[in-house]
Amino acid sequence: MIESLTPLLASAVALAMPLILAALGELVVERSGVLNLGLEGMMLLGALASFVAVSHGGGLAPAALAAMLAGAAAALCFGFVTLTLQANQVAAGLSLTILGAGVSAFLGRQYVGFRAPASFEELPIPLLSKIPLIGPALFTMNLLAYLTLVLLAATAWFLYRTRAGLALRSIGESPVVARSLGLRVNRVRYAAVAFGGAMAGLAGCYYAVAQFKMWQEGLTSGNGWIALALVVFATWRPLRVAIGALLFGGVSAFGLYLQAIGVHVSTFALASLPYLATVLVLVIISSDQNMIRRHAPASLGKPFHDDS
Amino acid sequence: MRGLRLVPRAQPSRAMLFIAPLLAVLLTLIVGLGVFAWLGQNPLRAFRVFFIDPVSDMSGFSELLLKASPLCLIALGLAIGFRASIWNIGAEGQMYMGGIFATGLAIRFHDHGGAWLLPAMVVAGALGGMFWASITAALRAQFHANEILVSLMLTYVADLVVKYLVFGPWQDPQGNNFPITVQFSDDALFPLFASWGWGAFEGTRLNASVFLTVAAIPLAWLFMERSFLGFQLQVTGLAPGAARYAGFPEKRMIWLALLISGAAAGLAGVSEVAGPIGQLNDRWQPLYGFTAIIVAALGRMHAVGIVLASLLMALLYLGGEAVQITLQLPKALSQVFQGLLLMFLLGCDVLVNYRIARRVAA
Repeated sequence: MIESLTPLLASAVALAMPLILAALGELVVERSGVLNLGLEGMMLLGALASFVAVSHGGGLAPAALAAMLAGAAAALCFGFVTLTLQANQVAAGLSLTILGAGVSAFLGRQYVGFRAPASFEELPIPLLSKIPLIGPALFTMNLLAYLTLVLLAATAWFLYRTRAGLALRSIGESPVVARSLGLRVNRVRYAAVAFGGAMAGLAGCYYAVAQFKMWQEGLTSGNGWIALALVVFATWRPLRVAIGALLFGGVSAFGLYLQAIGVHVSTFALASLPYLATVLVLVIISSDQNMIRRHAPASLGKPFHDDS
Repeated sequence: MRGLRLVPRAQPSRAMLFIAPLLAVLLTLIVGLGVFAWLGQNPLRAFRVFFIDPVSDMSGFSELLLKASPLCLIALGLAIGFRASIWNIGAEGQMYMGGIFATGLAIRFHDHGGAWLLPAMVVAGALGGMFWASITAALRAQFHANEILVSLMLTYVADLVVKYLVFGPWQDPQGNNFPITVQFSDDALFPLFASWGWGAFEGTRLNASVFLTVAAIPLAWLFMERSFLGFQLQVTGLAPGAARYAGFPEKRMIWLALLISGAAAGLAGVSEVAGPIGQLNDRWQPLYGFTAIIVAALGRMHAVGIVLASLLMALLYLGGEAVQITLQLPKALSQVFQGLLLMFLLGCDVLVNYRIARRVAA
């Protein structure tokens, strides 16, 4: 039993990591009261940027940095249009998705079909990686995945244990009140949006340089949208994002596992599992409207004219 | 930007409502010329290849209508929902489902069709789109599940359903294992304009499916601007509190918005599979459902505006194909321009509600 569960858990964890990265970033953005639906676009830009960096011999650290910069730059465009120019956040997020998909397909065309010359490889932690079951899953990951867990803890600490985190959350609840307390609403929101973009870019880097080790058009295949759903599923709390992402990784991994042990399932049915799981999860979590209302940032998605 | 600030207008500027889209188009053009220059092309030549050449003859013009028609149809449906703040962004999937339903009939009655087949396919296509949209509607109305995420997830699923069908049960047995269905029989295809002996359309692919759109335009206008239901939807979007107070049933608004946009997207699906494609295949991913969102926004959620915006967007599609063939530039350029256009439009819209003033030193 353990022999068959071990690879299942390991691939669930591996599939969960980029979702955690993207969803954590979006969670911080939404906690500041901004809804950025452009995750998918920023992830694609980050994926391409990191692949280009690594293809030109840049190494892994510059690849991750390039991904974060690309994601943050795209996010700041979104920030300018929604925060300074007061545009509808839903529409601006969609246009960021379209733009990110288009720009990455356009700039990335000569990188299609090549393998990444360097990639994030698994680094087993001595001793710990020998623990049955969880050793191969949690202590035999790539550097980016370990970094994800660090960022998860850091984000939770920042939101709940620092003054700046408190300021960010209060802005998300009521920008009017926060402003009257002297908080610079738009400045904080810009910072949150840029952070969300950098995290989405890093998630893209995970796909391009750790998981698939290549670039192709639409590489992220809707995972940006799944990450958005995860934030709702987690009722805007960081640790629950990780649990949700593991569940999703588990669903996808289970499909692959069934195929591996020779159960006859249509590949198309398997491929649709994560999307159907997302719908199911949204339905379950949203049916309790009171819980959503209690936990959603009160000013989420509403424009606020900060003329300071 | 330091020296400038935004001052709210007492009333939204009506003039800016019209100027902002034009300004956005202009900005996109300027960036476009810059991109062409950066790619080492003569910007003016590239501009001509992208925007003028595709529509310089009758064949190009009919291709324009052939692309604008489904875009317009979907956008009209979406606009009705968007007015009510119901964000159906899964029109692409609803379009696939319309195509699937129509294809089912076309395959089943391939050898014993009749004049009834095409109308039946049109009805089936609309029902297919409505069926797919109704899942989103039910989950939103009953369980408050976010319609943006649900409708988008279902688009990925619909794409996989198309792939499953054309790689599996509906694959053409004589198709050398290509993921395609049989070519539809004539009974299952929209008649070409050329087949009616309209000389000007000789050799073009323009077909009767555009009449679906032509009929939908005044209907959508009447519904949005002159009907009580359309009014209820708009109030629901602009002032949800007022709508609740007036007793407008919220669930019915959700169903209505999604069923209408689903039906429109489904019809667009039929007009594609029973039109220029003439079959269902795995490469049919025109992204009309997503582009139609931009069309609806650019057209200001208004029937007339949407017609104009759909023609412009269709031109972007054709231009993308033209620069790919003539100048070997990637086709993804048209998606870049689409995204830019929407982003610029959203940015320019600030001028509707705000005016720019010089910041006075405090």
